[in-house]
Amino acid sequence: MATTYRTCPASGLQFEAQAEKLMKWNAVAAVLWLLVGGITAIGVIMTRWPAFKLLPPDQFYLILTAHGIDMLLCWIIFFEMAVLYFASSTLLRCRLATPMLGWVQFWLMVVGSIMTNVAIFQGESSVMFTSYVPMQAAPHFYLGLILFAVGALIGCFIFLGTLAVAKKDKTYTGSIPMVTFGALTATIIAIFTILTGAGILVPTFFWSVGLIKEIDPQLYRMVWWGLGHSSQQINVAAHVSIWYLIPAIVIGAKPLSEKVSRGAFLLYILFLQLASAHHLLSDPGMSAEWKVLNTSYFMYFAVMASMIHGFTVPGAVEAAMRRKGFTNGTFEWLRKAPWGNPAFAGMFISLVSFGFLGGISGVVLGTEQINMLMHNTFYVPGHFHTTVVTGTTLAFMAVTYLLVPTLFKREMIHPKLCQIQPYLFGIAMSITGLVMMGAGTLGVSRRHWDMAFQGAPFTYEWPGAAMLMMGMTGFFGVVTIIGGGLWIYLVVGSLLWGKKLDGGQYVDKPTPIPAATPAASASHHGSDHVAVPGTVVLALTLFVAFVLYYYVNWKYLSEVWLLS
Amino acid sequence: MAENDDDVPFMQKLLDSYYVLTVIGVLSPTILYTLWGIVDIMNTPLAK
Repeated sequence: MATTYRTCPASGLQFEAQAEKLMKWNAVAAVLWLLVGGITAIGVIMTRWPAFKLLPPDQFYLILTAHGIDMLLCWIIFFEMAVLYFASSTLLRCRLATPMLGWVQFWLMVVGSIMTNVAIFQGESSVMFTSYVPMQAAPHFYLGLILFAVGALIGCFIFLGTLAVAKKDKTYTGSIPMVTFGALTATIIAIFTILTGAGILVPTFFWSVGLIKEIDPQLYRMVWWGLGHSSQQINVAAHVSIWYLIPAIVIGAKPLSEKVSRGAFLLYILFLQLASAHHLLSDPGMSAEWKVLNTSYFMYFAVMASMIHGFTVPGAVEAAMRRKGFTNGTFEWLRKAPWGNPAFAGMFISLVSFGFLGGISGVVLGTEQINMLMHNTFYVPGHFHTTVVTGTTLAFMAVTYLLVPTLFKREMIHPKLCQIQPYLFGIAMSITGLVMMGAGTLGVSRRHWDMAFQGAPFTYEWPGAAMLMMGMTGFFGVVTIIGGGLWIYLVVGSLLWGKKLDGGQYVDKPTPIPAATPAASASHHGSDHVAVPGTVVLALTLFVAFVLYYYVNWKYLSEVWLLS
Repeated sequence: MAENDDDVPFMQKLLDSYYVLTVIGVLSPTILYTLWGIVDIMNTPLAK
């Protein structure tokens, strides 16, 4: 199929025409679902805020279902499709494999996501994101999810096909770039996730239309979490790739060691999906061996991989800044980093919040003994809001500040507001996640409409700290929603009213990467062997925080579980 | 890039073989998480 290519004059990134259209359409669909997810977040947060309790139970569970599906699947997977097209076609400077199938991917996901949302808002499918059987949703709830998943699977195979095209056309030499390798990791995890999802959602769909008599609840839970948690591991691999991409483009950073970083991605490929088991640590049907090996042993390989990325990304920033001459003291590189650049600021806040809050709490949840302290409490959404929201969503928001000018050829409107947005959203969400975890540690339930359990035969007097933290969850949750709404306004406003930028000439053949452009850094190979003492101090700080928090939880366990 | 395939270290060959990575990335959790999990559930005794 004949196609054209354009090279962005500012960034040097090259966009093949079909891939460019697919990136734009998938990104726009993602933002629209983020808008729906953000509106539903208002209903969720204003109901869990004890002072307001906005919605009655039936509406709350409906809205909570929509919020989970639209945020955890629709917004993120649409955006990831755009990332896959970018990481393959753009970074490898080649044509997209089977672009017609790309449109099949897009429309299947559009139809599937709308179908599932229609089922939810009709009111017969308030089964929440987890949709545990024997709760039954309307058949089109499951069918929509299946169509959405098939679309995403097609996107994964187009990514792999595009790698083959690039290899055949020799558009790169040696190994694929690091960012593309991270996207490959996300793709592999996605393939497992989607196949697992099909393994449980297809029979559940047949059950909903009466063709299958029953679905075993324990089997459903186990297989479903292979979909539910692994889908969030796709996000981890995708946002870690973006962590490498943004400093490469903004300051020309290179990984400290490509070998080590790629080795960490390999650990993700082998072990990250096994963390799904931590959702079943209190389930009676699973053996101790299955639980312990999958979480407390294999999961730690994936945790080690995250710690490697958490060290090498700021290390790469430090090395690049030191090369630019910011060598005074331990932290001049950090003080003089481009904090006014919303892409960089968003990336760094995402990294810190994911590491300190999402990462540490994830390890705690993955340890069988201390998991019992907060299993199925408000701690769990606290944990995944610091991984999926401050980790993934903020990283996606950050990279959008780079993509709007180069992909959509529009200048961002309100530069000052753009600078503020990542701080507003990232800090507010981090605080929200922290107090959610605090409330969960005190026993507040994961998603019950009414923490007071009014009308129950036994009453429970919550400590004042639990009420305070639920109030703080409400307040900072609203601030987070404002931060997210601001990002949507800035992005949509820029697409509609932003100053048009020169997109570059269209040619009928791919061109080599122009030297000394951001694209050259993003498509680079090689490592930056510079001493990074500041990053070592940051990493040690993380270790100390981790050890202290781990110790506190074991101490807490010893107090609630009295043995004599 | 190494001129001869034999000069490329094993780990780099593995990391460059994205179809092999895809196979092991799907097989590893399928065996350790899903299949083992199914075996565990199948072996759970029924309540009497």
